[in-house]
Amino acid sequence: MKAASMNAHPSLAIGRPIETLAAMSAAATAPDAMVRFEGISKTYPAYRGKPGVNALQDIDFAIPRGSITGVIGRSGAGKSSLVRLINGLERPTKGRVVVDGRDISALAGRDLRLAQRSIGMIFQHFNLLSSRTAAANIALPLEIAGWAKADIRARVAELLALVGIADKHDRYPSELSGGQKQRVGIARALATRPSVLLSDEATSALDPQTTRAILDLLANINRELGVTIVLITHEMSVVRQLARDVVVLDAGHVVESGHVADIFTHPKHPITQSFLAEVIGDSLPVSLASRIVSEPAAGGQAVIRVQVRGAGAGDTLVARLARELGLDVSLLSARIDEIGGQHVGSLTLGIPLGMSGGEDATTRTLDWLSQYQFPAERLGYVA
Amino acid sequence: MSPELINLIIQATGESLYMVGLAALIGTAFGLPLGVFLATSRKGELFAAPIVNRVLGMVVNATRSTPFIILVVAIIPFTRLVAGTSIGSTAAIVPLTIASAPFIARLVEAAIREVDGGLIETASSFGASPMQIVLKVLIPEALPGLLLALTLAVVSLLGYSAMVGAVGGGGLGDLGIRYGYQRFMPEMMLAVVVVLIALVQLVQSAGDYLARRVNRRLRHR
Repeated sequence: MKAASMNAHPSLAIGRPIETLAAMSAAATAPDAMVRFEGISKTYPAYRGKPGVNALQDIDFAIPRGSITGVIGRSGAGKSSLVRLINGLERPTKGRVVVDGRDISALAGRDLRLAQRSIGMIFQHFNLLSSRTAAANIALPLEIAGWAKADIRARVAELLALVGIADKHDRYPSELSGGQKQRVGIARALATRPSVLLSDEATSALDPQTTRAILDLLANINRELGVTIVLITHEMSVVRQLARDVVVLDAGHVVESGHVADIFTHPKHPITQSFLAEVIGDSLPVSLASRIVSEPAAGGQAVIRVQVRGAGAGDTLVARLARELGLDVSLLSARIDEIGGQHVGSLTLGIPLGMSGGEDATTRTLDWLSQYQFPAERLGYVA
Repeated sequence: MSPELINLIIQATGESLYMVGLAALIGTAFGLPLGVFLATSRKGELFAAPIVNRVLGMVVNATRSTPFIILVVAIIPFTRLVAGTSIGSTAAIVPLTIASAPFIARLVEAAIREVDGGLIETASSFGASPMQIVLKVLIPEALPGLLLALTLAVVSLLGYSAMVGAVGGGGLGDLGIRYGYQRFMPEMMLAVVVVLIALVQLVQSAGDYLARRVNRRLRHR
């Protein structure tokens, strides 16, 4: 299903199509998926006058082993329910959730608690025990799992070093900054050597700089320990910085899923497009927007916006356009960002109009762009 | 004040401490688990048992709304059954305990409910059993509140203990009524009140201090 959209774009064919396609089909069908949702629906029954809610409907997708997968959606899209199905905090109304080859939705009591030890979770508000030091917070899951005291001490020291706060051993949460608290949270989640780490908006309460540091730490953990990470977020920047795969959730449905680069270079669903707009922006600078008029004027310029998608796409676009068509193309505004190694953004070009306001050059430019499969639109004219 | 009277005060103080101390201890032994259960047994909670929760809640309310002096008299047969007698300090511990346990349970319930629900979810997420959640998360996190609750219970018990003089329980309240009031000895009444005030101050200060010691929530560098 992704193959068609990829081939439609020549610039994408450079670089990674084979690897991309292979990984894509692996994600969909591999028996080696770390987490697999099979026909999941989750309904909360009506309670005390509140009507019932269909939180999730017909969810079918797989999270590849060792990947970092972002689950993005607006609030109320069902993200929290989805992630809580993975570690058995919630039960599906229909379907099953297979984690590491085991149907977690069929487990209960002691079996469920044992399985939960191989699934770590971190939280938006850290959820540390205020009565325990950093070290004792990290020790808690180990105490619960029945580890020996000496083993706990050694493991806690190792984890504190791993998350870079070895010097905070004896500090209480009230003495730690937000970033440090989340590091304790991450160490605690990793204590029992889980194979999956669930992150529930783990950076939403942190400032941008701390967010970046925490996301870097998660990337390291994924790389060095091979832990599969599932990130729940409403922030596109988090997915862009960290995730390789993405699942876009809207009103309880998966509306798109696949590699971050593919999904965000060719967003299909309006929700996906709106998330992308958050990163690359789709509005023009005010000074330019205010000058745009709907009628061409002699000696002015036509304003054309070109969508840029793909590895290295757009690098030489303006130069080639100017050379091949012999035009004095001006660059009015540009916004290009990188998502999953792919360039995504838009260029706003000014194409000179003829002395009498003729649009010959504009037509040639649009033809040229469509020939090379760059989506383009004419926004209007400037004097 | 004569040495005999001073001796009487010392003896009465001892009786009061004996009654209150033991009643607080046994009351906590029943009230703490009851309070934890009340705080965790509503629909969807850790030990969800909504009907049992309702019934226990009503029993607790009934006990708490019975005036203490009526409770003391009403349960005399039960007191005799448990303590072997219905007269004296040891016998008085029975109604004091029965009055304090539901009181402590309600205070414990409130303290436990103060603990952030996110912590229960967190502990569940790494496979803690409900019992482990109570022992390793809820009680340690609620400890400052629990200590203040216990302090309040002990102070209330000191007040109640003055009433058990009515059934020959002895103690400071009894001394104050018999000597200070019935024998017109204002200096005795004053002495008893001063000792009671001192005891309440002591208990409250000790409770506040301990609660502050274990509260890490507001400690700063």
